[in-house]
Amino acid sequence: MPIISARSVSKIYKVSEKAPGLKGTLKHFFERRIRIIKAVEQLNFEISKGEIVGFIGSNGAGKTTTLKMLCGLIHLSSGSIEVAGHNPEQRDRNFLRQITLVMGQKQQLIWDLPPMDSFRLNAAVYGLSDRETKRRINELSTMLELDNELYRPVRKLSLGQRMKAELLASLLHRPTVLFLDEPTLGLDINSQIRVRQFLAEYNYKYGATILLTSHYMGDITSLCKRVLLIHDGKLFYDGLLSDLTNKLSPYRLVKLSLTDSDSAHFVSQFGQLVEYDDHLVKLLIARENLTEVLTTILNQFKVKDIEVTDPPIEQLIGKLLKSGNI
Amino acid sequence: MSKLNFSIFRLIKAFWNTSISKELEYRLNLFIEIISVIGNLSGSLFVLSIFYKGGFNLGGWTWSESVVVLAIYTILDGLTTSILQPNLSRIVQQVQDGTLDFVLIKPVNSQIWLSLRVISPWGIPSIISGFLLITYTFIIGKKILSLYSILLFCLTLISSIFILYSLWFIIATTSIWFVRIWNANEVLRSVLVAGRYPISAFPAGLRFVFTFLLPITFLTSVPAEAILGKISLSLIIFSLLFSLALLFLSNKFWNFAISFYTSASS
Repeated sequence: MPIISARSVSKIYKVSEKAPGLKGTLKHFFERRIRIIKAVEQLNFEISKGEIVGFIGSNGAGKTTTLKMLCGLIHLSSGSIEVAGHNPEQRDRNFLRQITLVMGQKQQLIWDLPPMDSFRLNAAVYGLSDRETKRRINELSTMLELDNELYRPVRKLSLGQRMKAELLASLLHRPTVLFLDEPTLGLDINSQIRVRQFLAEYNYKYGATILLTSHYMGDITSLCKRVLLIHDGKLFYDGLLSDLTNKLSPYRLVKLSLTDSDSAHFVSQFGQLVEYDDHLVKLLIARENLTEVLTTILNQFKVKDIEVTDPPIEQLIGKLLKSGNI
Repeated sequence: MSKLNFSIFRLIKAFWNTSISKELEYRLNLFIEIISVIGNLSGSLFVLSIFYKGGFNLGGWTWSESVVVLAIYTILDGLTTSILQPNLSRIVQQVQDGTLDFVLIKPVNSQIWLSLRVISPWGIPSIISGFLLITYTFIIGKKILSLYSILLFCLTLISSIFILYSLWFIIATTSIWFVRIWNANEVLRSVLVAGRYPISAFPAGLRFVFTFLLPITFLTSVPAEAILGKISLSLIIFSLLFSLALLFLSNKFWNFAISFYTSASS
């Protein structure tokens, strides 16, 4: 029984366009040119309880729109969504109690007051007793490594501390479905790692389902076994991250360390050369010929060391999203 | 039901705790606000007194009766400063920057949240001086207030608050579509200013507009008539029903509007 299911979900926006300059503005004032934008088209997917799924795609691919439809903030143009047994659009209280939305570029913490005040407010929203609130804040702040920061005005906190406090505020009611939109945006590498560890821990402890978007592939590779790749509003890939690598790159990366530097030049002709440095050769070799080619190389040349890996997924997806050719 | 009410009161307490601790960072404001209330009130009283000194009678309202209207205006103005303005003017901004998301995602009635999220203590001097002014006119006029007319006054004052609030909220709601265009604050504040003097003091044409198109009559004149015992029961009932209908309408309109919410994109 999936906890999230989306069937034939589409969202169409009407956007009015304006040419630059005063002339364009005047024209825009009297006559609006409306363009229809398909933000999301015919999305179908299911997510099971406890899964952490990465939602990837370039800017404007429709990730945020989809997340907001799953939360019930944006209404669908067609199709249907079910999250935790509810239709999100109805914004039933029992539904809203089970979910949370964290956005890296927006904050709910009260700027001029310490995070503690925002937590108290959220505790009142979700009807938590003072004792329970305290217990949960203690627990989550330990997991997030937050301490004195909770008593300092939000405006005085670093971005990393703020994000952690933001997570705490969003998870105080212990939601079981988490929608995270770029939760590590702008964070330094240490804070990113801390947030990732925290999310993994939260998922493990409470069996929470997490749907996460991020432009940092490190977030995706360290947290998500499964990814949804969306491009131009359409679902391009839904499956294991490791399989996506196969799909995106039909090659394996072979690192060869040779005893004889002269042979390096010849070896490089057996595949697509990535790097070539004296004794070391890095080659991309098609998966289907891999054993055959490697046998030939091993027979013909003196090889000191050999290493076969997948090309880094970050690079593959990055390249894919950049080129836009899917 | 009782549990629900409890949680709403607890929520409002939490709301106001945070906003008051925020506002009290600026202590000088209270002083400025008191000065400005005194200035405004004495200015208005002076204008009124000019009318009456010249023997001019404002639509059949005596001097002290007109002062009651002015006092009710002052009370509403204080409520506007304390609750309506700080909350309802934020709606447009929250639609603009997409932080409305955080409100809609909470298991709380979003209209109540948006309408009562913050309170500013700076309207309190107006509210207090409005009530003091009413008490003063009754002491001066050596009139005795019956419990009945106080009750009627409370009812009509509540309905006038509901009317002002609902109109304001409905206009603010349209920001879901227009995002920036409306400045509801200015519109409704100036509507309220027209209620500073008794409605019957205005020419017939304006009186019609203020009664039927913009219900200013109900904002200040009706509560004043109620406390002065100059009102028919049917008008009070009508005023109450009218305000409840508007309140209901504002809620329906809000629920309709949020289905069009597109949320500022990232």
